[in-house]
Amino acid sequence: MALLEVEDLSVTFARRGQRAVHAVDGVSFSVDAGEVVGLVGESGCGKSVTSLAIMGLLPKQPGLRVGGKAVFDGTDLLQLDDRSRRDIRGRDIAMIFQDPLSSLNPVIPIGLQVTEVLTRHRGMKGETAAKEAAALLDRVGIPDPKRRLKEYPHQLSGGMRQRALIAMAVACQPRLLIADEPTTALDVTIQAQILELLKELVRDSGTALLMITHDLGVVAGMCDTVNVLYGGRVVETARRRPLFRQPRHPYTVGLLGSVPRLDAGRGEKLNPIPGSVRDLLPWPEGCAFAPRCARRTDECVGEPPELVHAHDGRSYRCVNPEPVPGLVPAPREEESA
Amino acid sequence: MSENDILVEVRDLKVHFPIKRGVLFDRVVGQVKAVDGVDLSIARGKTYGLVGESGCGKSTLGRALLQLTPPTAGEVSFDGVELTTLPSGKLRSMRRRMQMIFQDPMSSLDPRQNVESILTEGLQTHGIGTDRTDRRRIIGETLDAVGLPRWALSRYPHEFSGGQRQRIGIARALVLGPELIVADEPVSALDVSIQAQVVNLLDELQDNLGLTYLVIAHDLAVVRHISDTVGVMYLGALVEEAPSDRLYTEPLHPYTRALMSAVPVPDPDVEDRRERILLAGDLPSPANPPSGCRFHTRCPWAQPTRCADERPVLREIGSSRVACHFAEQIASGELRPHQVSAQIVRPEDEGDAPGVVSAPTEPGSYV
Ligand SMILES: Nc1ncnc2c1ncn2[C@@H]1O[C@H](COP(=O)(O)OP(=O)(O)OP(=O)(O)O)[C@@H](O)[C@H]1O
Ligand SMILES: Nc1ncnc2c1ncn2[C@@H]1O[C@H](COP(=O)(O)OP(=O)(O)OP(=O)(O)O)[C@@H](O)[C@H]1O
Ligand code: SF4
Ligand code: SF4
Ligand SMILES: [Mg+2]
Ligand SMILES: [Mg+2]
Repeated sequence: MALLEVEDLSVTFARRGQRAVHAVDGVSFSVDAGEVVGLVGESGCGKSVTSLAIMGLLPKQPGLRVGGKAVFDGTDLLQLDDRSRRDIRGRDIAMIFQDPLSSLNPVIPIGLQVTEVLTRHRGMKGETAAKEAAALLDRVGIPDPKRRLKEYPHQLSGGMRQRALIAMAVACQPRLLIADEPTTALDVTIQAQILELLKELVRDSGTALLMITHDLGVVAGMCDTVNVLYGGRVVETARRRPLFRQPRHPYTVGLLGSVPRLDAGRGEKLNPIPGSVRDLLPWPEGCAFAPRCARRTDECVGEPPELVHAHDGRSYRCVNPEPVPGLVPAPREEESA
Repeated sequence: MSENDILVEVRDLKVHFPIKRGVLFDRVVGQVKAVDGVDLSIARGKTYGLVGESGCGKSTLGRALLQLTPPTAGEVSFDGVELTTLPSGKLRSMRRRMQMIFQDPMSSLDPRQNVESILTEGLQTHGIGTDRTDRRRIIGETLDAVGLPRWALSRYPHEFSGGQRQRIGIARALVLGPELIVADEPVSALDVSIQAQVVNLLDELQDNLGLTYLVIAHDLAVVRHISDTVGVMYLGALVEEAPSDRLYTEPLHPYTRALMSAVPVPDPDVEDRRERILLAGDLPSPANPPSGCRFHTRCPWAQPTRCADERPVLREIGSSRVACHFAEQIASGELRPHQVSAQIVRPEDEGDAPGVVSAPTEPGSYV
């Protein structure tokens, strides 16, 4: 059974006098224990709102409506009261954000912030907690950890702050770590360090990772399973290799055709998707991608396309998917988890 | 390459910013050597790409090249005219031939001006076009070139999507008929699918109009895609310059190698097979750069001799230029990389506790 099963999650922000925003519009996906799952898509497609809804961290504003389920280990997180949710958060599920500075307390030394987590969730105190905190900072690659414990977030570089946040997140050996664009604000050589660190942590501790990113390269390098989001819905789910080798949903095809590859030659033309994410058809009226889709048919508009479960374990939401060339069955994918 | 093919020539360019401290009187306590001795030339009709990590001086170099930031030292010649000593009146008329495109189109466009007035402004400043009809013709052609519809003219920047705004930014540069365009992070604020549209547009415009580009970006894949020659900067200086293809197949400088190996490629097969050169620690501060080779604090190939005390100059090796004492031995495999331990690098300011306390901005902060 899946560790986290998100089913038909929807989040709507309604403001008086304004049209309601369907930020998340029926998202379903699952994360198995120890698995690295990617949630990928362009700006505004609902990645962050999805993760905040799961964590119960959406701003409590009037007009907010959350629907569907997010079942973690048998419990529907969306039904929990604030207290039980807080217990699960940090202990069983931890989250790291794009901007580490905003999630660290600026006036408390790093060390105290880490030991607090250890005290709250693992009952450690005094010397034991301090030792463990130093060990954690060391584990995430912060040099001279004993001295760093006494320092404040602003005294650390962006990369080091993100490491400190990761240390806090893994302090309780959570079973699920949600990372929302954890490296987007960092330089590429620092990004490589942090991604390597996350991979290592996941491998060594068996923690499952929900990796939220807009970077297909990051996904290709670390996710077992990938969910592609468009307009607040998952449009394609597949294991990593099949997704990149043979995308079926036209949006996935379009995304892959848009990214310049480091290993491609100069002058190879990119194949962008026409239009912009603003040209969105509301899902109830048909396929949200239809206004930009080159494979659009008459069937695409009128009602939303159903999710198709293909034989190879992947699924896509499209009535006219990219064909499989030659109709030869795809070679069996052997993926190590 | 003959002399005439060079449009821009930069020699030993330096831009140093004073660091000032003091309550009543500003005291200069040091200097940020944002650009510290750069030589490069850009061939007419070609694209020179400049990459490097945040704070390495890319934008400052671009601005100094256009004389938007006065260089501290060095020379910049444009089509044979030395810009650094040019009287301001002459410089102003040269400006028409050198335009800039910015990262964030929204912040570089006046929100109160509609597109037509944004585009007309430049034409009027530089006295281009004989009359109103003529200007309208020029503007119409420019809109076509960047793929914006005519109705865009009466609209305001906020009415457009990010990609369309960048097209407006490009149109504003293009309408003056420039020869050189300096594009500073032209696509980094855009979504992947839109990024590709703008990259293709820049390519097309170059093919059709023979433009020369200096493209500045931190995304190596984008820069390689669009450039003929790529310069890699580290802490204010070029560490390597090479033809775009060669930079990927045969990076020579250790920093270039690390940078190349760090960029994720959207292909699982490539990702699984790649060798990653992980650099230890952070980028040192340009206010306090390491001695000798500026990369020696993080270089996996650093040697006990020379690296810490002798600053390497750019040398030609094959079709590349490289600033590393040991490039040949590293390329041949004679020298092997070793473990480097991370050194702590401080963000600009130091202090015991922050003076200003801000509330957490993200829900779930302080979990
Ligand atoms: N508090 C809010 N009130 C109203 N609308 C919101 C709120 N938070 C998010 N939205 C809207 O919900 C949609 C999804 O936003 P979300 O932040 O999940 O996107 P994202 O996929 O994380 O994008 P990015 O890549 O830019 O981070 C957007 O259209 C956004 O404007
Ligand atoms: N006007 C200025 N006054 C003082 N210091 C400056 C000024 N402009 C830039 N700097 C400093 O010069 C260095 C180089 O800055 P620059 O903006 O050129 O870097 P960059 O390579 O463009 O970085 P990024 O990728 O973040 O845009 C930085 O340390 C920056 O803080
Ligand atoms: S359902 Fe139709 S419009 Fe939507 S992606 Fe598939 S082919 Fe394109
Ligand atoms: S000169 Fe020395 S420290 Fe600098 S890049 Fe070459 S080997 Fe590394
Ligand atoms: Mg987000
Ligand atoms: Mg810059």
